[in-house]
Amino acid sequence: MRKIKSKTIIESVENLCAKANFELPVDVLKSLEKSIVFERGSIAKDILEEIVENAFVAKERQIPLCQDTGTANFFVRFGDNVIIEDGNIYCAINKGVSLGYTKNYLRKSIVFDPLNRKNTKDNTPANIYIEIVSGDKIGITFLAKGGGSENASSLKMLTPSASWNGIKEFVLDTVNEKGRNACPPLIVGVGIGGDFSSVGLMSKKALIRKIGSENKNIFYDEKERELLDEINKLNVGPMGMCGTTTALAVFIETNPVHIASLPVSVNIQCHSFRRKSIMI
Amino acid sequence: MKVNLQDLILDSKILKAGQKVLLSGAIYTARDAAHDRIIKMLNCGKKIPFDLKNIAIYHCGPSPVKPGMIIGACGPTTSSRMDGFTPRFLEEGVKFLIGKGARSKVVVDSIEKNNAVYLVATGGVAALLSKTVKKFDLIAFEDLGPEAVYKLEVEDMPLIVAIDSFGDTVFKI
Repeated sequence: MRKIKSKTIIESVENLCAKANFELPVDVLKSLEKSIVFERGSIAKDILEEIVENAFVAKERQIPLCQDTGTANFFVRFGDNVIIEDGNIYCAINKGVSLGYTKNYLRKSIVFDPLNRKNTKDNTPANIYIEIVSGDKIGITFLAKGGGSENASSLKMLTPSASWNGIKEFVLDTVNEKGRNACPPLIVGVGIGGDFSSVGLMSKKALIRKIGSENKNIFYDEKERELLDEINKLNVGPMGMCGTTTALAVFIETNPVHIASLPVSVNIQCHSFRRKSIMI
Repeated sequence: MKVNLQDLILDSKILKAGQKVLLSGAIYTARDAAHDRIIKMLNCGKKIPFDLKNIAIYHCGPSPVKPGMIIGACGPTTSSRMDGFTPRFLEEGVKFLIGKGARSKVVVDSIEKNNAVYLVATGGVAALLSKTVKKFDLIAFEDLGPEAVYKLEVEDMPLIVAIDSFGDTVFKI
């Protein structure tokens, strides 16, 4: 059994929080630059150019891309042959978030209670999703998720007769009605199947893929292209001010499902797609 | 087009929906919690710690200031969350709103009625926008942290007129 210390995880998470909030991933930046070439609207083009310029300013000054430095989401692939000898993964990640957000002047956006809204002052607790896998490594993907785009997300319990057309209609309606306020161009995560509790997480987990990567399932890879094409015909455009660049990518995750059900969830991600991974 | 807030107070009708402007002047941040508190204070007849008349409210909760910088990242937040509060703010004399995203029909009507203007900044370009801030001061409600009211002196802040004082808008309602 491989042994690692909490400190290793804490320091890695601290660094993830800072770097992800200061530097846009290369795939996202490339996708944005490409969209400027294809976008026709002049306001839309200007907005896309501002977004790209912002990425350079944030990186150069090591300041946040967006003032909403988000809820700290972690997708962890925890090897079954590794042990943290002086603590546990939840405590270590939360400690890393607390230090990362405080030391790097990131905004603290979490309140203790949904109604008595007092700030926790260090952006904890993080949302931590752990999957046990074989091996002696810990893979961590961090996603800083802003409140505005999370608010535009939606979940619906469809039934099997709704089929693909029902799913498509729900995704397009969600983007058309709520997406324009969620800082488009968007990255759209879609969860299909599972149940009420798992489908929401599936749509969020779908977001950790790189833009330009293919869905491993050829059938859903085609469906992703179909949805992206239809979304970009909605004329929502950058910042909802019309244009052909409404989304940069659509990612679909599916799970087995009950014979009576067809749950669908849409997790909306803004253009400030702050995502970073490490392997320990 | 370069515009100055002092001039706009005298004639806000020169701004037309769809226009791009570079705004200079003093603007005040306020988002969800500050709006809620201000409305409660007004309802109780309490005095607001700053004058709402003729000011510009910026829907923004900046990130903390890094040493050596004037302000942290400071982009707009989704303005529609303030829709329920905005008409009262406009009736109290607020003249300009700065944020992002579409607003409700009630807000559009209230903007027209009160001869106000709603401008939008690009969301998620907070590092870029921070370069336009020349001065940053805490004005009220320090306990609200990022949701406190701050005064920002901005120079050439890039904005788009989204709803003008005639009630014309760049968004579909």
